Amino acid sequence: MSLDLVLLALLMGAVTYPSRAVPLLAPGVERLPPIALEYLRLVGPGVLAALAAVNVVVVGTGGSAPTGPHPVEILAVLAAVVVVRWRHSVFLGIVVAVVIVALTRALLPT
Amino acid sequence: MLDALGMTASATAFGLVYGLAARQGGFSIVEMLAMSVFVLAGAAQFAAIGLVTQGVPWAAIVLLTALLNARHLLYSAALAPWLALRGRLPRAAMAHVLTDETFALTLPLFRRLGRADVPGYWLASAFIVPPWIVANLLGYLGGQSIPDPHRLGLDIVFPAAMAGIAVGLIGGRRELVAASVGAIVAVSVGLLAGTALGIVAGGLLGPLAGLLVPGRVAGDAGPGAAGAADRPTEHGDDPAMGLAD
Repeated sequence: MSLDLVLLALLMGAVTYPSRAVPLLAPGVERLPPIALEYLRLVGPGVLAALAAVNVVVVGTGGSAPTGPHPVEILAVLAAVVVVRWRHSVFLGIVVAVVIVALTRALLPT
Repeated sequence: MLDALGMTASATAFGLVYGLAARQGGFSIVEMLAMSVFVLAGAAQFAAIGLVTQGVPWAAIVLLTALLNARHLLYSAALAPWLALRGRLPRAAMAHVLTDETFALTLPLFRRLGRADVPGYWLASAFIVPPWIVANLLGYLGGQSIPDPHRLGLDIVFPAAMAGIAVGLIGGRRELVAASVGAIVAVSVGLLAGTALGIVAGGLLGPLAGLLVPGRVAGDAGPGAAGAADRPTEHGDDPAMGLAD
């Protein structure tokens, strides 16, 4: 059994962990000025919306070339957003998005 | 709880695909698991399979991994004010399981409670990390017999969950602007320079645009809020609250 890539995994982990840990472990975060704390508070909606948008409009994760907009997936995510806003349930929004995408793919196979 | 289960379904579906892809890419089972244990970042792990099989040098793979995972800096920075009064060792351990999904589940939880909930954080990661690793194993050992998650529409779970949780965090104009600008910038940069840069650019510039919205509005709350009641507190990690609700 090959173990060569375990070293690669360790190296990949070594460059990933600091991005997860450094801000959490940095001293004095609680003493940041209010404007910085307000910025950090806005990172949540900003980065999650960015993740969602990129995943349905750009795609091509893992460094591969962007593949452009995916109309059905965009529609499904927008429907999920409406449902979450209306029913206050992320789970219900996810279910609606999955049903839209699965039905579309079943009815209109590419 | 239901939101967390949705995330579990997503992690499981793509964990199966990752396990299968790793096997097809020539990874041994230990190498495949080492990626999940040490890296614990799906996009980077999928990318690594493709890059390894194409013979890309390790230095380039490590560099790309750092870029792909740079978004964790934003997650960590956003959670840092809530967890600042915790011990360094627990924070160091929590950092390792800080994934997209863990962040998406815990930030709304902290904001809803008005304080950090460390057991809730670990519970959130328990909904993601063990299912991911178990699914990796199942995918590796028997992935050929598993239905295609793409055909079942399960690939939409992740973006739908991220969008839904972002919407749940919007309580005022500043969050709305941060989310809208974040999405627009991410797509624009993503189309030009790749998804990883797009996400980081959107995550950095969206909140900056949100700060330009004057004044605070009702519903804004969190560690940056002016009122003392909104600040994260040192006490009260009640495992009966939060995700278990």
